[in-house]
Amino acid sequence: MTETTRTTGVSRRTLLKGTAGLAGLAAGSGAITGFPYVMSAEPKVLRYLGTAVNEGDDISKQCLKDTGIKIEYITATTDDVTKRVMTQPNSFDVLDTEYFSLKKLVPSGNILALDAKKIKEFDNITPVFTKGETPGGKKIGNQGTAPWKVLYLEGKDSKTFAKTATEFVTLIPTVYNADTLGIRPDLIKRPISSWSELLNPEFKGKASILNIPSIGIMDAAMVVEATGKYKYADKGNMTKEEIDLTMKVMTEAKKAGQFRAFWKDFNESVNLMASGETVIQSMWSPAVTKVRSMGIACTFQPLKEGYRSWASGFCVSKGVSGAKLDWAYEFVNWFLSGYAGAYLNRQGYYSAVLSTAKAHMEPYEWAYWMEGKPAEKDIKAPDGSLLEKAGAVRDGGSYEDRMGAVACWNAVMDENDYMVRKWNEFIAA
Amino acid sequence: MDTSENILQQASPGFARGSDTARAAKAARLSPSFISWLQAGPMMLVFLAFFLIPLVFVVIVSFWDYNEYQLLPAFSGRGYTDTFEGCIAQLPDLCTIGKTYLKTLKLCFLVWAITLFIGFWVAYFLAFHVKSKTWQMGLSLLCTIPFWTSNVIRMIAWIPLLGRNGLVNSGLVKTGLINQPVEWLLYSEFSVVLALVHLFTFFMVVPIFNSMVRIDKSLIEAAYDAGATGFQTLVNVVIPLAKPGIVIGSIFVITIVMGDFITIGVMGGQQIAAAGKIIETRLNALQFPAAAANAVILLAITFLIITMMSRIVDIRKEL
Repeated sequence: MTETTRTTGVSRRTLLKGTAGLAGLAAGSGAITGFPYVMSAEPKVLRYLGTAVNEGDDISKQCLKDTGIKIEYITATTDDVTKRVMTQPNSFDVLDTEYFSLKKLVPSGNILALDAKKIKEFDNITPVFTKGETPGGKKIGNQGTAPWKVLYLEGKDSKTFAKTATEFVTLIPTVYNADTLGIRPDLIKRPISSWSELLNPEFKGKASILNIPSIGIMDAAMVVEATGKYKYADKGNMTKEEIDLTMKVMTEAKKAGQFRAFWKDFNESVNLMASGETVIQSMWSPAVTKVRSMGIACTFQPLKEGYRSWASGFCVSKGVSGAKLDWAYEFVNWFLSGYAGAYLNRQGYYSAVLSTAKAHMEPYEWAYWMEGKPAEKDIKAPDGSLLEKAGAVRDGGSYEDRMGAVACWNAVMDENDYMVRKWNEFIAA
Repeated sequence: MDTSENILQQASPGFARGSDTARAAKAARLSPSFISWLQAGPMMLVFLAFFLIPLVFVVIVSFWDYNEYQLLPAFSGRGYTDTFEGCIAQLPDLCTIGKTYLKTLKLCFLVWAITLFIGFWVAYFLAFHVKSKTWQMGLSLLCTIPFWTSNVIRMIAWIPLLGRNGLVNSGLVKTGLINQPVEWLLYSEFSVVLALVHLFTFFMVVPIFNSMVRIDKSLIEAAYDAGATGFQTLVNVVIPLAKPGIVIGSIFVITIVMGDFITIGVMGGQQIAAAGKIIETRLNALQFPAAAANAVILLAITFLIITMMSRIVDIRKEL
């Protein structure tokens, strides 16, 4: 009788505790000593604040299985993540955010730089982050808030970015991509090869860009340069005159009825494209995949002027210390160890440590996603749904070709405040 | 007698200590003004904690300085000067803030006029044409059914209907009325006003209906007996007596539309500026004082409109 009760107690805990409990059940079924062990084991929980990009049930489940760390996701938009770091730094442990936000986050003193020496795979991180070049040696565009400009801090509590490598890393890179325009090839019916097509009157009332000022202005700058109107010294750090010029070009196009709508989140961009309201617009790679998975032709079109890139990574809240900090390192090390990297690669993003991700992918998957080769077999998304049939080639080709063609990075400008005001004028025009 | 004892006790607490029973009786008989305070107290505290104090903070913060990543608690008018940047230099053209408010006021006026027109006649029908109380109840409940789903869903439901390849356009093209899909149905001022009217007409119906059912039917009979036409009765009897409902409904609609940025954003394709939108953009750029300054301006303008409306009708007197 007592035996039964005790066993039930253990099994219930097993459900709650997952793998940690399994050991307890094995011990508990025979000896009594196993039970108190389960009771005293401190749950390893990390509150993880970030955008939805890196967050997936599969990742958190695998992490719990491998390390016993339970991840609690707090999902927010890029802007809201930054806002939360500023106003509620104690409401999260691990922070997953973009490099361009660092210009605001580091001076605020609310985040803790991580120690490169404690990151096992740090030396294997792709040279895209550390040197600004691809593994094949292609130089990557330097404009905007490129990750290598803000990767290191001078000291543990420093608020200034170091020019050379130090052991204090602002964000341990996790995921990045090269963005371009999405198009509806079935409705455009001709090749598109330049950013300037966004303002081509041929697509009047059928174009769109995103209404997030710091990213939208970069797309606008790519367009302005492509039309040959102006060449920026640094698209990611414009002067007031350059901002005025960029917004003037965009405002004229808006007044002429070029844009159908602006979008602010992933789903809006998918709906605009899928419903045929727009045929050419700024887009994110997974949104293109989403439109395609609805059975509608959509291309993430490589353009001759190159890509606008973004990257994100991990750091922790200033308030994290002791055992929790150790778990955070354990989690980051786990994240770079391959499973998560392969998971991200299969969605069309890129992982920070290529070698470990490769080890977790099938050779045909690696060939399709990273080497730009035609798919040997059907390509499936992480959830098992069909993405591409055998024979398909990834838009933009290989990792080398795509990352090597990056022209600029998402940025926060010195004149950010002025830019936001001008952006409001553009919307009001 | 009661008051004099009170005064005495206040003057010298020891004086009236005469008998404990008298004190107990007095404690039970709290002064009427104290009871009123007690009754109003909870609402007052809620009002204070969740409205007045935050509002005071907003006003204070609107006068702070700021940089990329923090608020600087030093007096600065920057939030306001940035908002009105270039307004004088650009004259006679309107600056951003001027254009934005003009657009917001225009949308607000259109929505107000349409919801008032529809709301008035729906309420009129419910109050005067539906005779049985049960039917009145049933029909007004029917009006609430759309409110069982969320605002956002009711709004988004318009998109597949109005889109370029939407139901309306494909229907019109198929019947041969038009050759090309109509572009202005979606992501335009038309779609914004349509969605807002759809969302908020109910806020007009309820208060107007409420005023109308209280109108003494014998007044209408008297007007009829005195030889008034239906139109004269409407203008001279029904509308004046329904005024409080009209004003309350108008206040609902105007305050909501003035502050709205989600509907205007979604239905306007993020291309139409609105006062609320400026606040949102400022917040997203972590410029809290500037956002607060814009909130204060928006509040002041909305307050001005409502003051003007309550000049026309003294709601407290009419209720």
